[in-house]
Amino acid sequence: MTAATSSATSLRAEQDRGRRKAQNKEKWAQGRTYISAAVILIWCLAPAYWMVVTAFRDVGFTYDTSILPSHVTLDNFNTAFDTSFGNRFGQALLNSVFIGGVVTVVSLIIGVFAAYALARLNFRFKYMVLGFILGASMFPGVALITPLFQLFTNIGWMGTYQALIIPNISFVLPLTVYTMTSFFREMPWELEESARVDGCTQGQAFRKVIMPLAAPAIFTTAILAFISSWNEFLIASQLSSDATQPVTVAIANFAGAQPNQIPYTAIMAAGTIVTIPLVILVLVFQRKIVAGLTAGAVK
Amino acid sequence: MATEVGPTPVKAPASGSAPIHHGPKGVGEDNKILSQGKWASWLLAPTIIALAVVIVYPIISAIVMSFQKDAGLDPATGLFTAGGPAGVQNYVNWIAQQCSAPAGGTVACPPGTLGAQFWSATATTFFFTVVTVALETVLGFWMAMIMARTFKGRSLVRAAVLVPWAIPTAVTAKLWFFIFAFEGIANKLFNTSILWTGSEWPAKWAVIIADVWKTTPFMALLILAGLQMIPAEVYEAAKVDGASAWQRFRMITLPLVKPALMVAILFRTLDALRMFDLPYILTGGANNTTTLSILVINQVRQGFNSAAALSTITFIIIFLVAFIFVRFLGANVVEQSGATGKGKK
Repeated sequence: MTAATSSATSLRAEQDRGRRKAQNKEKWAQGRTYISAAVILIWCLAPAYWMVVTAFRDVGFTYDTSILPSHVTLDNFNTAFDTSFGNRFGQALLNSVFIGGVVTVVSLIIGVFAAYALARLNFRFKYMVLGFILGASMFPGVALITPLFQLFTNIGWMGTYQALIIPNISFVLPLTVYTMTSFFREMPWELEESARVDGCTQGQAFRKVIMPLAAPAIFTTAILAFISSWNEFLIASQLSSDATQPVTVAIANFAGAQPNQIPYTAIMAAGTIVTIPLVILVLVFQRKIVAGLTAGAVK
Repeated sequence: MATEVGPTPVKAPASGSAPIHHGPKGVGEDNKILSQGKWASWLLAPTIIALAVVIVYPIISAIVMSFQKDAGLDPATGLFTAGGPAGVQNYVNWIAQQCSAPAGGTVACPPGTLGAQFWSATATTFFFTVVTVALETVLGFWMAMIMARTFKGRSLVRAAVLVPWAIPTAVTAKLWFFIFAFEGIANKLFNTSILWTGSEWPAKWAVIIADVWKTTPFMALLILAGLQMIPAEVYEAAKVDGASAWQRFRMITLPLVKPALMVAILFRTLDALRMFDLPYILTGGANNTTTLSILVINQVRQGFNSAAALSTITFIIIFLVAFIFVRFLGANVVEQSGATGKGKK
């Protein structure tokens, strides 16, 4: 009996040791996860944080290395909007909003139709159309520049808004179609059919059942489209004028009071202004944006 | 059910093209496909027309231009010439790095001219592509593996990776230009005094670091989406069978995430091959950081038709790389887009 007890205790001790070992291993694994997560956080956020901090630093402390701004000022934001050195940042902001807005709306209107067809209808050449749209999204922007430059020069469109909006649609539209197609594929379309059984016309069923369900997807796609258009630089850098340039071009060409001095703090302030709305938008709709990005698998 | 509607019946239209009548049901199906096709063409027409106008027209016109001589002063006579057909001369000039000589004919382009930069720009473009995509894949995979785990603050990390992605590339370039300034934080942090944008290798690494920072999140999210499609039971079964962590990674994670990974790599590769904003703003293309896209833009002001030839070469290179990916490395983009949509529900 004693032998049995002692063997039972040793067995229990063995089990205990095993459990503790497993727990320690788990703890260690969890700890490593947190360390890795911290590294990812710092890697992603530190450079962006540096931009924001610098935006608030007094010009005299541009290269200061304190983590918090030591000489806080809002002057840089005023300088960013100052037009006396040839910068037109305020105008550029409005241009970007306008160009991005038009590109987004146009791409969505025509893209949603195409996406509906690709997700819901059977027809010949479906894969060809998909391939064409996908190919369009991978097309190098520089290949458009030369012919468009010449064409727009010939028809007097250089520096106009339409000269920026139309090529931009070629980058944004494929993305819109792609993202919307994958959203449409997941839509519970049986609801539309059951609404029709209940006496709705096809149009009513689409408006009353499918559209409300599609609204979040359309909204997400709109955000992705707007961000993509907001980021565009290549076409704008070549085809815009001082009056129509978007923020990306304005920031790239930001000039200071002295020609040989780069106004870093003002540029960082401008960068912060351009970025903050986007970052807020992205963080608020984080889940949806990740769904949109990975669904379409398109940048 | 809903997910099946989209991708599965795709092959059906093929039989619709050669109608095989098997009873009234088949005929009805054919009619349905026919009317759906009509609908589809109406719905797709605006997109196809828009893309044709903004992409197909420029491609064709660029190809036509690329076979024309550039207008300009004839170096032999000193008179203004209007151009005219050039055959493949523009292409030959770029590839052989030949420029027109003052005495007529062509000579090797003098160093420093755009014509002398074709092969170095090609090499730079491929160097950037290989290094950035490799780094982004490894880092992105690692980040995705971490984000796939459950821990407190996971949603914070997932939100944070979107920040670099959301910042416009032009702003990213300016931000890293500041970080890499001589008195900037990079030098202070590492106690170095490198002229980051002032000589070849630091400039190249500056571009690579900024690009990796900006685009790794995108890679990580695509890989994370792939990881989340792997059912947890598969891992548990492997664990019961005694597979080690490394074995589980190699035998389960890698093969199952491969389709999503290949698409992510393909997208990033094509993106990197046309890289423009980042080096253009960060280094201005100096110190051998001129990519093919930058070279095209620099050429545009000197001669449209030569620029068109170069952009066509760039387009062909990107097309070939995409072809190799899809054909030999099994990156099935069209099907994958359906698959990711399906798995995400």
